[in-house]
Amino acid sequence: MNLGPLHLCLCFSSVLFCIGLVGALSRSSSILVLLGVELMLNAANINFIAFWRYSPANSPALGVVFVLFSIAVAAAEAAVGLALVIAVYRHRRSIRLQDVNELKG
Amino acid sequence: MSIAFAVIALTTLVAAAVALALRNLIHSALLLIAAWAGIAAFYLWAGAEFVSFAQVLVYVGAISMVVLFAVLLTRRSRDDLAADLPSLQRGFGALLVGGAVLGILLGAVAGTPLATSLKSGPGITARQLGLELAGPHAPALLIVGLILTVSLLGAIVIAAQDPKGGREDAP
Repeated sequence: MNLGPLHLCLCFSSVLFCIGLVGALSRSSSILVLLGVELMLNAANINFIAFWRYSPANSPALGVVFVLFSIAVAAAEAAVGLALVIAVYRHRRSIRLQDVNELKG
Repeated sequence: MSIAFAVIALTTLVAAAVALALRNLIHSALLLIAAWAGIAAFYLWAGAEFVSFAQVLVYVGAISMVVLFAVLLTRRSRDDLAADLPSLQRGFGALLVGGAVLGILLGAVAGTPLATSLKSGPGITARQLGLELAGPHAPALLIVGLILTVSLLGAIVIAAQDPKGGREDAP
């Protein structure tokens, strides 16, 4: 099996994605869950850059442009998410996800 | 494959893994800043300088501050910074799911023949990128600006205190 640099970049981003996934699934603090989701987004961005760098496609800037838009949307998502965390804390005096389960079936 | 990539990848992964396993939320946030800086170093290593600077500005600069303020605003007492560690069952389930996903991803990556050809030249210049953004991607740029404005206004509305102390949304 011959692993090139593109394979190694993809393995790096896969491991980072799974670290974020395990964090988002296991922790009960909503801030840490949000940070796990951010790590997963970053892993996806690493994939874009790796393919942009090593693939033989002829578009010169597509990966970079896509990552810039992705970072902008991730920033918006983090701002709204943390505002929601603060709003939930004001109502519940807690940010544990187990305490906010009114909609649980 | 260069030594630099190995160092960057190991630092980033270790920082991220330790950050999501710690009890203290401030320590977690600080280690995640290190992980984001490592990702910015990866972009720099891959030749995407502009993305690297954007990552430093947005993640290391802005989102980290928002996260730290959120941690400080949501503690009950001066010393209340510890988050619960997951229960054994929940942690085991999460590790199981994460390991399964990791196995699938690594198997798919290792089993796929990918044609790699390093681009000649030093990546992309800021001038080229600006022309791309202002030319064919101008509508997307405008829409992203709109999304950012709307979401930041929404964040302010969600997080703002009700000045009248109204009771209609009290728990």
